[in-house]
Amino acid sequence: MTSSPSAIHIKDLVVGFGEHTVIDHLSLDVCEGEILGLVGASGGGKSVLMRALVGLLPKRGGRIEFATGAAGGRNRGILFQQGALFSALTARQNIQFPLRESARISPSLLDEIANAKLEMVGLTAEDGDKFPSELSGGMTKRVALARALALDPALLFLDEPTSGLDPIAAGEFDALIRTLHSTLRFTVFMVTHDLNSLQAICNRVAALADGKIAAVGPLASVMASDHPWVRAYFHGARAEMLRLGQQ
Amino acid sequence: MTDIPELTVGADDPHTLYPSGPWTVPNVERLEQLSGRVKGSRIESIDLSRVTALDTIGAWLFEKLARSDRNLSSEAEFVGAAGSFGNLLGQIRPLNRKITTAPKPENPVLSRLEAIGRGSGEVVSDSIAFLDMLGAVSAALLAVIWRPRSFRLTSTVYQLGRVGWQAIPIMVLITFLIGAIIAQQGIFHFRRFGAESYVVDMVGILVLREIGVLIVAIMVAGRSGSAYTAEIGAMKMREEIDALTTMGLDPVAVLILPRILALVIALPILAFLGSLAALYGGGLVAWLYGGMSPAIFIARLHEAVSVTHFEVGIIKAPFMALVIGLVAACEGLRVKGSAESLGQQTTASVVKSIFLVIVLDGLFAVFFASIGM
Repeated sequence: MTSSPSAIHIKDLVVGFGEHTVIDHLSLDVCEGEILGLVGASGGGKSVLMRALVGLLPKRGGRIEFATGAAGGRNRGILFQQGALFSALTARQNIQFPLRESARISPSLLDEIANAKLEMVGLTAEDGDKFPSELSGGMTKRVALARALALDPALLFLDEPTSGLDPIAAGEFDALIRTLHSTLRFTVFMVTHDLNSLQAICNRVAALADGKIAAVGPLASVMASDHPWVRAYFHGARAEMLRLGQQ
Repeated sequence: MTDIPELTVGADDPHTLYPSGPWTVPNVERLEQLSGRVKGSRIESIDLSRVTALDTIGAWLFEKLARSDRNLSSEAEFVGAAGSFGNLLGQIRPLNRKITTAPKPENPVLSRLEAIGRGSGEVVSDSIAFLDMLGAVSAALLAVIWRPRSFRLTSTVYQLGRVGWQAIPIMVLITFLIGAIIAQQGIFHFRRFGAESYVVDMVGILVLREIGVLIVAIMVAGRSGSAYTAEIGAMKMREEIDALTTMGLDPVAVLILPRILALVIALPILAFLGSLAALYGGGLVAWLYGGMSPAIFIARLHEAVSVTHFEVGIIKAPFMALVIGLVAACEGLRVKGSAESLGQQTTASVVKSIFLVIVLDGLFAVFFASIGM
């Protein structure tokens, strides 16, 4: 594989509920500075894997090691699928929250930073006064991304960042992540179903099937894998349609 | 990289800044001090060659320094920035350009007066919303009477189980304790006049006319009214109520009518059981603490209370249930998107329904007194 050091090293990870084992001896390395896309069947354990990585679910066995600097909660940003913005705070306060909790910053600087982050994710300072219930789906995702990036984390987890967005908004969001990635140089672990974003922004793709990583590597090599589920995923009707559209 | 960030002014050129060390979030307090120190002085360039780490906050502080001198036509230049730092600074450069003016602070006296005015207006809109809900529930009830097959029996029975059956233990326990406390206090104070036996009259009349139903209604408002508001509010938040409407169903008929009917049925039953428990508690205390045998207690109770007292108490129960249910439904439908508003409306629901229950009790007292009951 790649020679760069790994930001997350997962070895023989087991996660399950009751008698049901969802993640079964999974091993995966996420390299520093890359954008890794994780695909898998709905209900197949992608979100479970991500929640186990960020510590929301207990693991039954195996090891999860983070590169130094990415271990603490402060050095990770997480974009939840529904945004998970604090509904009692405005968008700006949501972005300021991690900063306010982790450092002593003057209120004026907090406001400036929050406005800068809002503009970085393509919103305006006026949007910052809105409450999460007043934001559209795309705006919610952008604010959630700005909050995830508030502390300039070394490691960013994205749970289906483009789900629920129209193709234009999804494309813009992909471009936004790519721009921010090239500027801020974080590592991205992204769960997605969006074949376009896999192609557009992911350096590597990992396919999760039966609780294990069935294939991992650049998109082309994963698509060439002969694992039956991976073949069905990338060569199904919808995927073929996408490919035809691009030819 | 454990070193501390520094900011020095060039010895030979006072218009050049030489920052060094990590300009990142963990050091932000020091960074703000450092950049505050050179604020206002004329800065022409910032040499970043000794900066070891840079994040958005550090980059923004540099950008702010570069922009700080408004008299200068051009902004300070960044020199010696490593590739990725330059990239980040380039991203920061166009941000926060729009000058936003902070809103004027409001006159405290005026804003206070405004709040009072709005509050008084809300009393009117509250009453209208309450009457609106009463109308909607009545309309739904009429529709059900017209077409009994549309009645949601399962839902009503389920709600009855929740607000009635499951509430019995706690209601009985609390009214039992209240009855016992009233009897104990009565015996303790009446003993001085040798009038202990009148405790039976006091407990009997007080419990049957007022306390039994009032305590139970307040408990139901806290227990079931709050649950109704939270449920309906959460459904509103998750657009479940909108989904019902689009299916051509009336949310009042589907969600609110069964709940209110269940309350109207359950509250008299709970008030009846609660009154029994309170009398039982009073009798037990009279026996154990006052030395009055149960037979005498029952005989005196028979003389002291009549069916009228019981009627006066129990007639109030369904009306109180209606008020609790209507307030809970109104407040539930007022929930907006945030978790905070769910909490606010639930609080408002409990406070308003307890208030209205007590007001209603007072009105009934006047009414019964004037018709001689």
